[in-house]
Amino acid sequence: MIGIIDYNAGNLRSIKKAIELYDKAIITKNKEDLLSCDKVVLPGVGNFGTAMKNLSPLVNAINTIISEKIPFLGICLGMQVLFNESEEKEGIKGLGLIKGKVVRFKNVEKLPHMGWNNVKIVNDCPLFEGIADNSYFYFVHSYYVNPDENCVVGKTTYGLEFPSVVNKNNIFATQFHPEKSGKIGLKLIENFIELI
Amino acid sequence: MLTKRIIPCLDIKDGRVVKGTKFLNLRDAGDPVELAQYYDDEGADELVFLDITASAEKRSILIDVVERTAEKVFIPLTVGGGIKSIEDFRMILRAGADKISINTSAVKNPMLVKEASEIFGSQCVVVAIDAKRHYVKEDEIESIKEDGKNIFKVEDGYCWFEVYIYGGRKETGIDAVNWAKKVEELGAGEILLTSMDKDGTKSGYDIILTREISKSVKLPVIASGGAGKPEHVYEAFVEGKADASLMAGILHYKEYTIKEIKEYCAERGIPMRL
Repeated sequence: MIGIIDYNAGNLRSIKKAIELYDKAIITKNKEDLLSCDKVVLPGVGNFGTAMKNLSPLVNAINTIISEKIPFLGICLGMQVLFNESEEKEGIKGLGLIKGKVVRFKNVEKLPHMGWNNVKIVNDCPLFEGIADNSYFYFVHSYYVNPDENCVVGKTTYGLEFPSVVNKNNIFATQFHPEKSGKIGLKLIENFIELI
Repeated sequence: MLTKRIIPCLDIKDGRVVKGTKFLNLRDAGDPVELAQYYDDEGADELVFLDITASAEKRSILIDVVERTAEKVFIPLTVGGGIKSIEDFRMILRAGADKISINTSAVKNPMLVKEASEIFGSQCVVVAIDAKRHYVKEDEIESIKEDGKNIFKVEDGYCWFEVYIYGGRKETGIDAVNWAKKVEELGAGEILLTSMDKDGTKSGYDIILTREISKSVKLPVIASGGAGKPEHVYEAFVEGKADASLMAGILHYKEYTIKEIKEYCAERGIPMRL
């Protein structure tokens, strides 16, 4: 069973349907339910401040999931909230599970960074099993993570090179939406579900 | 590198695809879910469903189509047509759409753009602009400029681009360039720009319109209306500065495949997802 954290983050149906190709999935905000899952996914679209506000009753549950070594996948904003803070909403603390700040793209012609872009694999990660280097994934975001610790496994270029996939112990996160990235995205989700 | 996007558009009425299509190899040519899957396999980068069902009571049929599509197709899906309220946004997003496109309702109630982007995020608010050339005589240019309109020299004279609503049936007097800037301020995440002069002509996108709108906002712009061959798509990207190209007939009638269009562009140096 894969738990999808419910915090009013918009379209949860796609990620649920994608997971259900490989395993059962439950959308929930109940701590016990989440802790009984084999893996947990933190989806996310929207605004950093709003997301942290909606996540606040779940912070304790997420910390327990991480310390229990349950594999955890953050997607898009669900990646960004793992960090300490974001330029999108100064003064609001993130989950702080990975050190670093979320910053806004500067000097780019178009924002948001929207569409298909390639991911350069810079470090081994089980999420990339069977996925070719420089494969395309679907992105839509205006901010990116800037980690202060060594956790970057995939990078993408938009104006500059930014971390698009990170992995720290049992925490995995992608800036792109694997559930919207066609067959290759589904392969990444399958890889996450099959983690031991 | 960020690629340019090719986006098929399906017109849907009462849950079925309308406008004839040549998908004779499909079991049911009129089923949007099957067509969506077909285009996904062909390499579509996103999909747009445009609901042209006349009555709001039939919304539940659209919801069902979106739900069934989201079970099978794992690329971004934009849904537009008759969406008027935050509640409409919520229902269609919950059914599995990723973005909502609004046109008439944005013009009539610009605060809907702002509210929807605050609640659901800018990335799911697409403002569709239907624009038509409004030609002016040379001696009128100064006074129309003073009126705040943006005048451009085009192949056959001078014009400004006027925003139309109600599926192209009603003019608004609004300048499309100004309107694009306004919806960007209000929080839109993308602009779907249709040239009414070019729509259905297969003579190419309105490059001047596309370029001028694309230059005046930071938002990604989807060019629409007029695609007849791969060269047109290439032009929209290179000269029109479009980020994506929307097309319907050229694909539905199998004049070209998505792959052929993408290869044509890629061979000429446009980044494409092949």
